[in-house]
Amino acid sequence: MKLLFDRIDEPGLNTLPVYEARGGYESLRKALAMPPEAVLNELEASGLRGRGGAGFAMGKKVSFLPKGAMDKYLVCNADESEPGTFKDRELMQKSPHMLIEGLIIASYAAGANRSFIYIRGEYVLQADMLDAALHEAREQGYVGENILASGHSLSLVVHRGAGAYICGEETGLLDSLEGKRGNPRLKPPFPANQGLYQGPTLINNVETLATVPTIMRMGGDQYAKLGVETSTGTKLVSVSGHVQRPGNYEIELGIPSREIIYGLAGGPPEGREVKCWFPGGSSSPVLTADELDVPYDFNSLAEVRSMLGSGAIIVVDDSTPILDVALKVAKFYRHESCGKCTPCREGTNWTVKMLERIDSGEATPMDLEIMASVQEHIMGNCLCVLGDAMAMPISSMIVKFREEFEAHMQAAQARARADLGVADAALTAADALSAEGAAAHA
Amino acid sequence: MSALRRPIPRYAHGSRVPPGWDEAADLTKEPSPVPDPATTEVPATLREEIEGHMALYPDSRSATLPALEAAQRVHGWCSPEAIEQVACVMRLTPAYLVSVASFYDMLETSPVGKHSVYVCTNISCSLRGADELYGAVRTAAGDDPEFNVRAFECLGACDIAPMASVDGAYVGPLSIEDVPRLLDDVRAGREVLPEKQLARRPCADAEASA
Ligand SMILES: Cc1cc2nc3c(=O)[nH]c(=O)nc-3n(C[C@H](O)[C@H](O)[C@H](O)COP(=O)(O)O)c2cc1C
Ligand code: SF4
Ligand code: FES
Repeated sequence: MKLLFDRIDEPGLNTLPVYEARGGYESLRKALAMPPEAVLNELEASGLRGRGGAGFAMGKKVSFLPKGAMDKYLVCNADESEPGTFKDRELMQKSPHMLIEGLIIASYAAGANRSFIYIRGEYVLQADMLDAALHEAREQGYVGENILASGHSLSLVVHRGAGAYICGEETGLLDSLEGKRGNPRLKPPFPANQGLYQGPTLINNVETLATVPTIMRMGGDQYAKLGVETSTGTKLVSVSGHVQRPGNYEIELGIPSREIIYGLAGGPPEGREVKCWFPGGSSSPVLTADELDVPYDFNSLAEVRSMLGSGAIIVVDDSTPILDVALKVAKFYRHESCGKCTPCREGTNWTVKMLERIDSGEATPMDLEIMASVQEHIMGNCLCVLGDAMAMPISSMIVKFREEFEAHMQAAQARARADLGVADAALTAADALSAEGAAAHA
Repeated sequence: MSALRRPIPRYAHGSRVPPGWDEAADLTKEPSPVPDPATTEVPATLREEIEGHMALYPDSRSATLPALEAAQRVHGWCSPEAIEQVACVMRLTPAYLVSVASFYDMLETSPVGKHSVYVCTNISCSLRGADELYGAVRTAAGDDPEFNVRAFECLGACDIAPMASVDGAYVGPLSIEDVPRLLDDVRAGREVLPEKQLARRPCADAEASA
């Protein structure tokens, strides 16, 4: 079933006439004819969970905003920088009006009169598409004062970022949108109470908001029948890495992951096997080939101690050493850590150094333990979850591929020894150290 | 060479810490104030663009990123002059703007080539050969001052891995053989590798395009 991606490549879908010809902005009319509370009820009934990473119930988040007349804000998170994720990009490029319509309906339910789409600066084409669509929507009276004579007014600005993963974190995003460095804020207060310019702010992902018109069209109860009970609806899944047909696929939540990786994306290249896969972007703990039959939905993935995250499946086949995967992941978080909290700033840096040592033969056996304990000390000890976002996948790799790490370490040491021309029997300085270390650790 | 015998990299002055770290800031120097509009020249079109952005937000400071981006387009990078001009129009201190500019990957804090080639070397792309691709682009661009070749984090286009963003246009999947033509297209001012432009790529989900 295709809801968001229904005939997504129809020529001209990015323009208002084509979008309207297939019933676009009808959901907006329907919503504006209802009281905002009724719209909110539909959103809550739909069971829609946030598509940006945390999977928080969208309707509930809207209901957290204080009631009454005051400046309230709606911010669409289009920063999409989680490695492996590229679904919002295709949606914004090909169907920008769907996002804009959903955003207007959500603003009506939340009572927000000012809205922003924070899009990553690298998405030049997509931002241009949004700007063009916004222009059309404004001309048509869908955005602006007194929309369709409903009394609801909304301003909308497409705001381009400048390259920083942390600006996808909602409070980092708010600071960035206020013209500052994108450092996350301490929570609470949560954005629903004190967000943009200290005002109540609703923040949702592109896909979350783009689903709203469908919910209004079908009715929340009908939408909730799609997918599984705790994960309703359809989801865009970005599949990348070692698969034959990488790309975005719209699936009904709850189908077996194997069906996505093998059925839709074609599985790894001929002769290769899945070694591990990230179910929800590089921040999610890795799963192995034995876990391919896990249903692809929020709760099932949480049960196997991973997460659906942003809905980005990255497949790694058996041609790639796990160390390379861990190193790439750790380096990314080291680069993107904003530096505000010590466990994240130092932990990401030391994890990279330890992984490099394993690779060069300089590691001692206890380094793997130290690395695992660094991850434990990061988790739950930071302002935002960027630190955890490295610690979770790295920990999972150490647990699930410990033997490979150890073998990698030993092989690298043997290579280093051979390079030095040291006879096997002779102890090198590093050997002595590692023997001491192992003894101390035992 | 063996990692065990690898010398510890040191700077010319014998330390592993870059030179200059122990030079104190000049404490006698006054911090740069908000530039005086009477003495700061700002190109009219740049001023207009920045003011246009400022008008969009309840708090004009929100226009910082778009303003820096506009100034970078004019000056090639966030040069002291560019910063001065943004500071003048936005009524902010240069130091504030430098602190913001240094946070973001797309804002350049030192001079760079005119044409940006961001090669994604994050996980999905590297699984498909991005590191070799990046090396090939660097080698082919050599020291051509026109190019600003950078390894970038995930650009959100892992479906066309390995890929690059060339002056903002996404192209992929790229092979090493594509590299000379990619650079030639940029030099000639043509659209880069037209058949590999993401802009024209259909959705992978066959049912979605049915
Ligand atoms: C480091 C970090 C990066 C994030 N990046 C994004 C992002 O690029 N896009 C996004 O929608 N959410 C991102 N999130 C999640 C947001 O903080 C937030 O939960 C989300 O935008 C809420 O929208 P939703 O409820 O519709 O999912 C990120 C979170 C963290 C901690
Ligand atoms: S966890 Fe990392 S990215 Fe998040 S606020 Fe702390 S230092 Fe910054
Ligand atoms: S990893 Fe290269 S675009 Fe995502």
